Parts: sequence; structure tokens; C-alpha cells
Amino acid sequence: MLWDALLLKLGYNAALVAIGAALLGFAAGATGTFLFLRKRALVSDAVSHATLPGVGLAFIVMVALGGDGRNLAGLLLGSALSAGAGLWALSWLTRHTRLAEDAAIGAVLSVFFGFGVVLLTVIQTMTAGRQAGLESFLLGSTAGMLRVDALVIAISGALVLVAVVILRRPMTMVAFDPEFAATQGISVHRVDMATMGLVMAVTVIGLKVVGLILIVAMLIIPPVTARFWSDRSGRVVLLAGAFGALSGYVGAAISATTPALPTGPIIVLVAFGFFVLSMLVAPGRGVLAATVRHLRYQRRVHLRQGLLALAQGQPVYENLTRRLLRRAGLMRADGVPTDRGRVRAARALLDETRWQAVRADPAHEGAASLYDGLRDIETVLTRDQIEEIDRRIGGPKEVRT
Amino acid sequence: MLELAAREGRATTDADLGKSPFAIRGLTVAYGEKPAVFSVDMTVPEGSMTAIIGPNGAGKSTMLKAALGILRPLSGQVTVFGRPLDEVRDQIAYVPQRASVDWDFPTRVIDVVLMGLYRELGLLGRVRMRHMARAMDCLRRVGMHEFAERQIGQLSGGQQQRVFLARALAEDAELYLLDEPFAGVDAATEKAIIAVLKDLKTAGRTVVAVHHDLSTVRDYFDHVFLLNVRKIAEGPVDEAFTPETLQAAYGGRLAISQHDLFSRNRS
Repeated sequence: MLWDALLLKLGYNAALVAIGAALLGFAAGATGTFLFLRKRALVSDAVSHATLPGVGLAFIVMVALGGDGRNLAGLLLGSALSAGAGLWALSWLTRHTRLAEDAAIGAVLSVFFGFGVVLLTVIQTMTAGRQAGLESFLLGSTAGMLRVDALVIAISGALVLVAVVILRRPMTMVAFDPEFAATQGISVHRVDMATMGLVMAVTVIGLKVVGLILIVAMLIIPPVTARFWSDRSGRVVLLAGAFGALSGYVGAAISATTPALPTGPIIVLVAFGFFVLSMLVAPGRGVLAATVRHLRYQRRVHLRQGLLALAQGQPVYENLTRRLLRRAGLMRADGVPTDRGRVRAARALLDETRWQAVRADPAHEGAASLYDGLRDIETVLTRDQIEEIDRRIGGPKEVRT
Repeated sequence: MLELAAREGRATTDADLGKSPFAIRGLTVAYGEKPAVFSVDMTVPEGSMTAIIGPNGAGKSTMLKAALGILRPLSGQVTVFGRPLDEVRDQIAYVPQRASVDWDFPTRVIDVVLMGLYRELGLLGRVRMRHMARAMDCLRRVGMHEFAERQIGQLSGGQQQRVFLARALAEDAELYLLDEPFAGVDAATEKAIIAVLKDLKTAGRTVVAVHHDLSTVRDYFDHVFLLNVRKIAEGPVDEAFTPETLQAAYGGRLAISQHDLFSRNRS
């Protein structure tokens, strides 16, 4: 069943939803990266919660005008307007009062959301209009999604992506160094507003699929996941888009297999799965890689310290060091170095002496910056350079044993 | 009338304004009602190296940021070669304090330097070979070309500062404004930076730096600007960097012995 869903064999509608969710996921991941890099991830939470009163008010207005109140375009327009009001309130509070941004986010988020819930309650007591289904904007539901809805999501998602491509340079510069960006003639305030505008657009088009409570996850989890895999902002943007698209696609497919499953939470859980996986196995920044690196580093430090101690005829007391030296066949159980141990110890001491000379010499600064107490200097300098250093330190010396 | 009298009382005339690569008039910056910088005038001579000095909290960085439009001043105007700031922004390169950014940001050294070419690249311009070559050249001038591909988080503090300077060099500006370029850097970096700044001066560029190390003012700079919320003194080092002006700027807080600063032969 799930396999069928993933291969788009569950029928036209399910396929439409999966593709729409993937596009939304890509737009959200790419946009969210700039928010994450600007360290304003939670602003999107305020924006998304601020959409709710707009949904309610749009419904009421459309019913009052004689419509049935569930026109998607109308509801989205309403949500965009109230999200804009929320964003404006947030920006006004942080600029004109002494409130820090986190407090302002809390205030805007809760007040707008509370107002929205009140409106939804009022709507449920109304006799006119077909109010059933408005709650689906909270957690997302793709059950009744139409072809035109999917098209709206696809086209708006593509437009958001075009805007991200155009604005990527100023958004990156503002995220990294806003002061410098300002001196380049970039209006930091306008770029921030543009970023928020894109976030708002993603939120609004994601209302139907993911719902307003969880859209923040689509904006934040994919960038955080992508950050584990790359140290270059451009690649983080692309990877975040890819993770978002994959989460949207797989999540929508899973939810299509069981009609009762809400789409938004499933998509978020899939995204979270990618996050956990990346956190564990990513090379470089991943947890496992970091642990392995740390343990390996610890062993190398102990071995090196042990060898240096042997070279200088000092006894080795530390247990781990003794164990490592003995296991490598460099030291006997009674603490006396083996022949191989003597050779290795002498080499370690020579290496250390060479490094000291290199680090004291500003001409070798590039090489000196690679000093970590472990690296073999022969991997850093050329043979000629080392010979020159050796002349300075009086050549390889015999080591006392 | 009163205004006229005040203007006549100023040391520099409006004729100097037109020639100065960086002139500030009546700059006031306030947080709430507490002024951080109050009614400051500054006229930087062309081709000079000027140190802005003053105690902690004197408003040195604030003055620079406000003059650049990064902070919004309460009042005051800034001219660059006699023209308003907004018309000539491309002639100014700014080096912010190193600590003002997050160095874990996912970007490489070369990408940071390329940010200095934003005016040329614009929104969509492709980074071409000649842009890369220019960025590499700027890195070479600060001795960081071997680090071009490194992630910026792997750099030491001094190396970070040199990357920031390389980014400013990429702008090829007439006027260089630096905020504490020597703060917390190693000796090798300090030497590298001052060599680059002196090259700029030789090439006829103007350099203004917020500086905190009084013992090197004489060696590095030819002009000083002493600030403690208000302007205390301004001029060539020999005239404006005196025990009296330092006393006025720092009050009793001058930690370094004045003997060290002034007893040395002034060569």
C-alpha cells in the first residue's frame, strides 16, 4: 500500500497531493534556510499563528456577502492579510518598544491565535455557510484537495523559489553580517521584510497541506538537517529544499494510505526522521562522527604523550596511555620501551622539535596554523623546508633512552 | 546669528569640506535621551591615516556606524569628498568588529571576500574567473590565500580579522573605515594588517580606524581624533595626541603611563 503510494499508484488525487506537498516542501526548506541563518526561526511561528484570525474573518465576510465561505482563494487571501498584520505588529513592537524579539513573538503569536480560535468558535454557532472543515487549517488535510488547489500550491511554490534565487545574495549577506551588508547599499530592513514575505507566502500556501501549527517545522527542520551535511550556504539551501521536498512527498504518500491520518503531522514526523538520521550519521557535524573523532583523537594524544615521555626517559603512569603503548608493541609491561618504541619515541620528539621551530617562525605561518600537536610535520612541509628547519635546530639528534 | 557665530568658531572651513574624503558635521546619536555621541564634527584629511581613540563607552564605534548609516543618528550630516553619503557609498569600505558576526556561519573564506564584490555582481551576476582572481589577490595581500577554501569557523581570531580586511580590499574603495582592527589579534596579524593599511595610504587612499592601543598610535597613524561622547581633539598626532588631550579624553582612567607614550623620541 505504502509502496503504491510512493510510486503514485493510489490514484490521480493522491499523486497530485504528493507532488504538491513536495513542491511546498522544497519552497519551505529553501526559504527557511535564510530564516535559520538569520537566527530568526521563531518569527515564522508568530507569522503562521497570525494567519488564523484571517481565515476566520475571511469566512465570515464571504458568508456575509452570500457565498458559501469555503472558497480557498478567499481564505488564503484573508490569512495572508492577517499574517501581514502579525508581522507588522511584531516588527513595530521590536523597533519601538524595549521588548526583545522573543517576547514580542510570544505576545503576537498568542494574541492572534487566541483571537482566531474565538472566531472559529463564533463561526461554529453560525447557521449560514458550510463551516465544517475550517479546523483542517490547523493541522492540514489533503483529503478533499482539488486539482486547482494543487495547482495553486505548485505555482506559488515555484514563484517563491524564483524569489529565493533572485534574493539569495542579499539575504545571505544580511544573515552573515548585516552591518557590512548595509554598507553595500543593501537595506537590511527591506531584505528582512522580503524574507518574512516569502515565509508568509510559504505559510499561506502550506495552510491546506501542513496546517498553520506545524508549518514552522517545514521551515526549520529541513535547514537544520541540511546544515549537518554542508558548510556552504548555497548548498545548505539546496539540501534543505531537497529534504523538505522528500519529507513532503513521503509524508503525503503515507497519509494517503490511511484517510484518517492528518497530513501535516506525518510530513513533520518524516522530516524529523531525516533530521535524526542526519544528526547521527552526517560526516563532520554528525554526532557519531564527532564521537568517533573524539575517541580517535584521545588515543592519538595519549600515544603521542606516551612516546614523548618515553623519549625523554620519563615513566608513564596513565592507564590508557600504558595500555595503548603496550597494545602497539611499543612498551613492555614493566614500562621499558621496546626497540620499536625507542625508534617511534625518537621520531616523535624530533617532530615536536621541528614544529617548535616552525611555529616560532612567522615565515611559516600557514604551516604553523596546521599545528595540532599530532600531525607529522613531513605531511605539511616539503623535504627542502624540513632540511632547512633541521639545520636550524641542529639536525636530528640522538635521543636518550 | 548664533548659528553663524558657532560656524565661524570652527577650526575647519567649509572649503575643507569639499576636499575631505570623510567629513562629519554635528553628529549626535542617542539611545533614549542619553547621548552616546554628541554634536561631533570631524574632518579627515585626504590620504591620512587617522586613529579614533577614546575610553570604553566613548562612542567610537557608534560614531562610525552612525556616520555610515548603519545606526540612525539623531542629527548630523556626513559628506564624502563633499558629496552626501548615499551618492558615494561605493567609495567607502567598512571593516566591522570581528566579534559582530557568527563565525559558525556556513561559508568559506573566499565566499566572504566575494561579498566585497557585491556592488559589481549585483543580484544575479555570475562569479567569473576575474572575480575569483581579484578575491584571491585580496587574500594574498593579507597573507590568507592558502585558506581560501576553509570554512570560516576554522580560522583563528587574527585570521578572521584578515579575511574581513580582504573583503574590504575587494571593494577597491577610496576610504577605509575600520572598527578596532587590532582587537584581540596575534602579533603576526597586527603586522600584516598595518602593512596593508600603510600600502593603502601610499596608494593615496584614506584610512580611519577605531583604535584602542595608545602605545601604537604614534607608530601606526599620522592623525588622531580623540572622542569621549564629545570631540576632545583632532589633528596631526604631534599636535592632538598630547598629555593634555589624553587627560581630557580619559580623565583619571588612563591606565598606561604617560611616560611611556611621550618620553620616547619622536622620530
